[in-house]
Amino acid sequence: MERKAVLLDLKDNVATCTGEVRTGDTVVAVGEQKVEVKAAEDIPIWHKIALRPIGKGEAVIKYGEIIGEADRDIEQGGWVSHENIHSVPRDYASEYVLKD
Amino acid sequence: MEFYGYRRKEGRPGIRNHVLILPTCACGSESCRIVASQVRGAVNIVFNTGCSDVAANTAMSQKVLTGFALNPNVYGVVIIGLGCETVPHAKLREKIQALTSKPVVSFGIQEEGGTLKTIEKAVRAAREMAAEAGMQQKERFDISELLMGIECGGSDATSGIASNPAVGNLSDRLVDLGASTIMSESIEWIGGEHVLARRAATPEIHDQIIRVCEAYEKHLLAAGQDCRAGQPTPGNKAGGLSTIDEKSLGCIRKGGTRPIVEVLEQAERPTKQGAIVMDTAGYDISSVTSMVAAGCQVVIFTTGRGTPTGNAIVPVCKVTANAHTYSWMEDNMDADLSPILSGEKTIAEAGEMLLGKIHDIADGRLTKAEAYGFSDIAVDHVCRFV
Repeated sequence: MERKAVLLDLKDNVATCTGEVRTGDTVVAVGEQKVEVKAAEDIPIWHKIALRPIGKGEAVIKYGEIIGEADRDIEQGGWVSHENIHSVPRDYASEYVLKD
Repeated sequence: MEFYGYRRKEGRPGIRNHVLILPTCACGSESCRIVASQVRGAVNIVFNTGCSDVAANTAMSQKVLTGFALNPNVYGVVIIGLGCETVPHAKLREKIQALTSKPVVSFGIQEEGGTLKTIEKAVRAAREMAAEAGMQQKERFDISELLMGIECGGSDATSGIASNPAVGNLSDRLVDLGASTIMSESIEWIGGEHVLARRAATPEIHDQIIRVCEAYEKHLLAAGQDCRAGQPTPGNKAGGLSTIDEKSLGCIRKGGTRPIVEVLEQAERPTKQGAIVMDTAGYDISSVTSMVAAGCQVVIFTTGRGTPTGNAIVPVCKVTANAHTYSWMEDNMDADLSPILSGEKTIAEAGEMLLGKIHDIADGRLTKAEAYGFSDIAVDHVCRFV
């Protein structure tokens, strides 16, 4: 079955599914570009699908920004969730524009 | 663009004309509820602090109570205290009277000889105030007199993609018309603070935004707590938001794209016009409490999973882009933004529709939570909510 997903930025390696996805479904991510990927597992509505393989420790990107780091290898078409990614501490010191 | 509101001697006009029944502490809350239930036109606050507290918490409680009384939607205030709380009723009344000429009276339960005697006096006072409030005629005001709070709660992945950008578009439209908006929930800037800071009108404001996030994390860390334990919430995760960073990057979109002209502390009143941000918890009830205390006349609230929340003083307009949530919880939702995700509406079209909604609410249309009489508040503590 064909399912749709929202792709927010060209840099993103995940897209947000707009329907319940079953293993083997073709997910068409549309937005800044169009990417087709076969679902490797069931993915609930509004959850993320990996558009390409994401290795352990690699950045997960949505909105063109880092939303976390993969805890383990995530295959292309895999379900990306709080179970397999984690937030990385911020480097605030590097973000200030005025020098003290 | 103009709306019908109530002129105040000081500050912005109100879009409601409530008599506020305000407790000084938890012990006055039940009496306030009974007084408000006796008088049409009166609303009450349920307060859970005000006693046996450290100085920082007392300061926050006082800021919130004073801010509620000063909110433009309030015509007059009837305060009920106990007598042995940290800041007694007469002192709170004097503090409020120093800042506004609206009618304020106060009673103490221990002084009056119990709740029945206090309630009797307070009902008489509230009845007189409500009778006077009823005589005030609405006048036309320019939309630039509006200060709108922007909130999100029970977010899911639809929030950041659709409803928050639509509300951001609404905020841009209001700012362009000369009005002001406040986006709060600084803990939900974390992970997106560098993106939000790009909107700062000055380098000082840029660094203030970063500092607020750094300080929030450090503050919790000093108490041995990690903000990432409470954010995202279990509901957020079930709704497809995996990390605080992902949640934040969606959250900040509800503030729009206009330059940020001021960074406020919790419950602090703005001094600038335009797009403003406030350092509050991500806990929606506490954040709305702070924005109402800062003087917002209306709050727009995006949700993914659905929420019933309302505020006694200020109408809360709840919108969702999750089609299931809208149809399943329609009795709590004020606007359906799901046409954005089905491709039937653009973000800009949704923003225009929301401007119409807010205009109607300013003119007097009741939101769902308002019609039900919902009154949620939460006051932040030294060990902050996340």
